[in-house]
Amino acid sequence: MNTRVRERYDAVFKLLFKTTGMLVIAVLGGIFLMLVWNTVAFFIKVSPVDFITGTQWNPSGSQASYGILPLVVSTTLVTIGAMLIAIPLGIGTAAFISEYAGKRLKNFLKPAVEMLAAIPSVAIGFLGIVVVGPGIAALTGQPNGLNALNGAVLLAVMALPTIVTIAEDAINAVPASYREASYGVGANRWQTLVFVTIPAAAPGIIAAIMLGVGRAIGETMTVLMATGNVSAFPKGFFHSVRTITATIAIEMGEVPYQTTHYFALFAIAAVLFLMTLAANLAGEYFVNRFRKYHAA
Amino acid sequence: MTEEKIKLSTQNLNLWFGNKHVLKNINAAFAENKVTALIGPSGCGKSTLLRSFNRMHDLTPDARIEGKLFLESLDLYDKNISVTQVRKRIGMVFQKANPFPKSIYDNINYGLKINDIPQGDRKGIVENALKESYLWEEVKDELNKPATRLSGGQQQRLCIARTVALRPEIILMDEPCSALDPISTLKIEDLIHSLKDKYTIVIVTHNMQQAQRVSDKTIFMYLGDIIEEADTAELFNNPQKELTQNYISGHFG
Repeated sequence: MNTRVRERYDAVFKLLFKTTGMLVIAVLGGIFLMLVWNTVAFFIKVSPVDFITGTQWNPSGSQASYGILPLVVSTTLVTIGAMLIAIPLGIGTAAFISEYAGKRLKNFLKPAVEMLAAIPSVAIGFLGIVVVGPGIAALTGQPNGLNALNGAVLLAVMALPTIVTIAEDAINAVPASYREASYGVGANRWQTLVFVTIPAAAPGIIAAIMLGVGRAIGETMTVLMATGNVSAFPKGFFHSVRTITATIAIEMGEVPYQTTHYFALFAIAAVLFLMTLAANLAGEYFVNRFRKYHAA
Repeated sequence: MTEEKIKLSTQNLNLWFGNKHVLKNINAAFAENKVTALIGPSGCGKSTLLRSFNRMHDLTPDARIEGKLFLESLDLYDKNISVTQVRKRIGMVFQKANPFPKSIYDNINYGLKINDIPQGDRKGIVENALKESYLWEEVKDELNKPATRLSGGQQQRLCIARTVALRPEIILMDEPCSALDPISTLKIEDLIHSLKDKYTIVIVTHNMQQAQRVSDKTIFMYLGDIIEEADTAELFNNPQKELTQNYISGHFG
């Protein structure tokens, strides 16, 4: 192959990869523009203040109301609940796999946790309806268990594989020299893990948590099946809730094209987008704060 | 070496990594308040010997140890002994400076916290340790700065400060200057001289000039055996074994 042809190859591949890269950005931009476009269309008809402060979501009543607050609170409730369960469990599991488990247990545990991610969300939702929900109902003496807690438990299960896998990688990547230094001053395993290894792995662990949060906020099918979908203002973990995602999934199929209700669904999707964006930015901020202490 | 008090010693020490016999029947003694250098070509087992004193091999699953190690009369591998206490009494400075990814202050404070030293005493101890390590003047205004921003030599002196803050009886140093420039190396060597009054120091080094500059006694190892041990000047000027002669004159290594 002469040099001329080789350089031509280079140019062609450069163009190819540039195109694919641009395509991804174009798709992202397109989605974003579509959201913004339809959201603006919605705000022409309904005032943003009513939308944000309204405490009732009832688009099909005789007096239609588009208050997003109950939906945001529902999503937040389920997400926070899921994280309260998944973060300690996930970091604990990751720390155990990486620092305490023997080689054979590790070789079994890690793939097993990763397999969790392969379970379809519908199957998890099903589990919520027939096992977790009734379980919660029986424990708390309620007529049914389709509530925020049920959704939180299921989302925690779904977020766990991501959190465990990435957190474990982060803990594993902490240089052995840090651990040796800690043992060298007389620390035991637990102190080394809590005061040295986990803080050193913090950027990776926070990234893991943020991906878990992203999954929990955006997950649709499971919460749709398991949380009861009552659009009344949520009162707590033991009440039915209706998340943003579930609302869009339920109503989008039945709404007439380009009505106020149709645009409203785009508007709440835009809010959902802002929420995940905020979670990611917060994660990025913490990652940078911890990185300050790492060698460049 | 009969007149000195023996601080650290081994008795028929054998060590294997898997099937590899790394230390072969080592009988060594280290005198109190002296600097003893361990020299020898790569792979001779000098670092392995050093790390067996503060039980760093506990962390290596396939390491197997036979024989005894003593801190004075204390059997270091006795089942009833707390390994964290051993490591507090026998501090270690590693080959590559390994400050924690924390602030300068917290790097030293960590060991104090771990060893339950009262909160009120810590600040003074940190300051003292930094002074003893000749680092205080350079960092006293920026104790909250990340330790990883310090230069390599400063980091290594911080690691020494972290070790002396716990007032160990022995400091093990595993090629502490191998990653440093000559000026930083000189500072560390000065530091070693000044630490000798209070501590017993065992230092592994590849650098024969360094061994002559800093140590009182030298042990030459080869392929897991101790070939020769003597006062440093004696060993370098008048080696008894041909192998020692060849090594210190640079014929191999």
